[in-house]
Amino acid sequence: MHNKSVAELSRELESGQVSSVELTQEFLDRIKREDSKYNSFITVTEEQALADARVADEQRAAGNATPWTGVPFAHKDIFCTNGVRTTCGSKMLENFVPPYDATVTANFRQAGAVCLGKTNMDEFAMGSSNENSFFGAVTNPWGLNEGNKRVPGGSSGGSAAAVAARLVPAATATDTGGSIRQPAALCGVTGLKPTYGRVSRYGMIAFASSLDQGGTIARSAEDNALMLNVMAGFDPKDSTSIDREVPDYTATLNEPLKGLKIGLPKEYFSDQLSPAMEQQVRNAVAEYEKLGATVKEVSLPNAKLAIAAYYVIAPAEASANLSRFDGVRYGYRCEDPKDLMDLYTRSRAEGFGAEVKRRILVGTYALSAGYFDAYYLKAQKVRRLIQQDFINAFKEVDVLMSPTTPSPAFIQGEKTSDPVTMYLEDVFTIAINLAGVPAMSVPAGFVDGLPVGLQIIGDYFSEARLLNAAHQFQQVTDWHQREPQ
Amino acid sequence: MTISREDIEKVAVLARIRVDDEQVSALEKDLGNILDLVDQLGAADTDSVEPMAHPLNAVQRLRADEVTETNQREAFQAIAPATENGLYLVPRVIE
Repeated sequence: MHNKSVAELSRELESGQVSSVELTQEFLDRIKREDSKYNSFITVTEEQALADARVADEQRAAGNATPWTGVPFAHKDIFCTNGVRTTCGSKMLENFVPPYDATVTANFRQAGAVCLGKTNMDEFAMGSSNENSFFGAVTNPWGLNEGNKRVPGGSSGGSAAAVAARLVPAATATDTGGSIRQPAALCGVTGLKPTYGRVSRYGMIAFASSLDQGGTIARSAEDNALMLNVMAGFDPKDSTSIDREVPDYTATLNEPLKGLKIGLPKEYFSDQLSPAMEQQVRNAVAEYEKLGATVKEVSLPNAKLAIAAYYVIAPAEASANLSRFDGVRYGYRCEDPKDLMDLYTRSRAEGFGAEVKRRILVGTYALSAGYFDAYYLKAQKVRRLIQQDFINAFKEVDVLMSPTTPSPAFIQGEKTSDPVTMYLEDVFTIAINLAGVPAMSVPAGFVDGLPVGLQIIGDYFSEARLLNAAHQFQQVTDWHQREPQ
Repeated sequence: MTISREDIEKVAVLARIRVDDEQVSALEKDLGNILDLVDQLGAADTDSVEPMAHPLNAVQRLRADEVTETNQREAFQAIAPATENGLYLVPRVIE
């Protein structure tokens, strides 16, 4: 049962072959038995899940079901869940129990899905390896048999590892610079970062508000489509949400790909990419040609500036967003503050981890008097140049394809000594967030027994086309069904 | 681009994060490396480029000036570190 997709589980619940209580218990048992190897969950909500499953079974029996009614899944621990602790991977929020639901949380609740718990993540979504979590690193289910503990990627590493290890069939995630796609690639699962503004950010704890976007991780493109059907849509509570019709993302999965125009950005096939990785990606592109797609080289000339622009914009916005954690209204407060300044500075010094503090300090510096124009304004100008590259590319082609990451999952501890080395992990994913376009990572092969992700990038609001392209690929390949041993 | 000890101490005050003396050297190195990375931006010609704030150039929506939220003070204060009589408690600020 644990190998079945959301689509399959939904059909079996509908036909009465299995009840939600049985399914929920089976996945809860798997989490209890297996997750000590991965540490992919911060909180497991067993009692609540079983209660929700009973309600779901009643709804099914009453003929009152959505495709999600009774299907187990998990939330990244960045989405506020009313009455359930939401930590964002931080000591700052170790005991924070939100008094409200994120819109994404409410949407899944409304659809009758059964949340099994909250998945581990890099603190405040800052990281590419899940080693920045206050609740301990997450281990990638792949590569364990060689005795090396590898990172699952980050920041949605808990969601990606839990889906890869079959602890849940699907999990929510967020992506600010690659935090859905990079862990999806490293764990051999399928992930989608939608267009900026497509999924509500209300109740999704903010990191960099002009880049953050909620999205999906599951094993197949079809399951990602089912998730996005629940998550996408206008929300008046999110001031940057876009009011635009939401299609049924499953309706177009079976469209033929004949005539699809694929662009390969030459900057993403550079010497940063190992020949073995490149070979896997080129093999995947060849599959698309067999499906009737045409391929041409395109250029994103400003893509090389994406990491530099990102590491001004994201820390600057983070420094503003994280100023709310002051030890007064909620969250961690230091012991015995001697005055108000001591309360602020010590609560924040003790409550935040090293990477979060680095980024707040960099962001504060970039926004401080005398530096604003040179850093923040300059980065926002470069951001427009990067966006223009994508706009130009999509005049020529329908989708862009590239590797998701320069290399497969690395060993824990390998890149922690220098923050900049870790930042380069997102070299192929960051420009997409700056432009605000949607992109997926799809399993596309293995190098040394470790999964390789194919990144598919689309124009604004082309999620249906991306899911269609990924689904058709998954009809002729089985990389997404491989199970870590 | 290097960042000085004094810069770090100043920024730490602005960010309301206590930085102990023994942490400053490591921060000097790490923040210096990050700023080196960021300095690549200087190479881009952006003379006639407008800064980009929103990918879809959306602007803030306005709504009618009506009360839409209910008072949830008790729910919000239930998760606060310290409260009294409906107020948040902080150390004394006026002697």
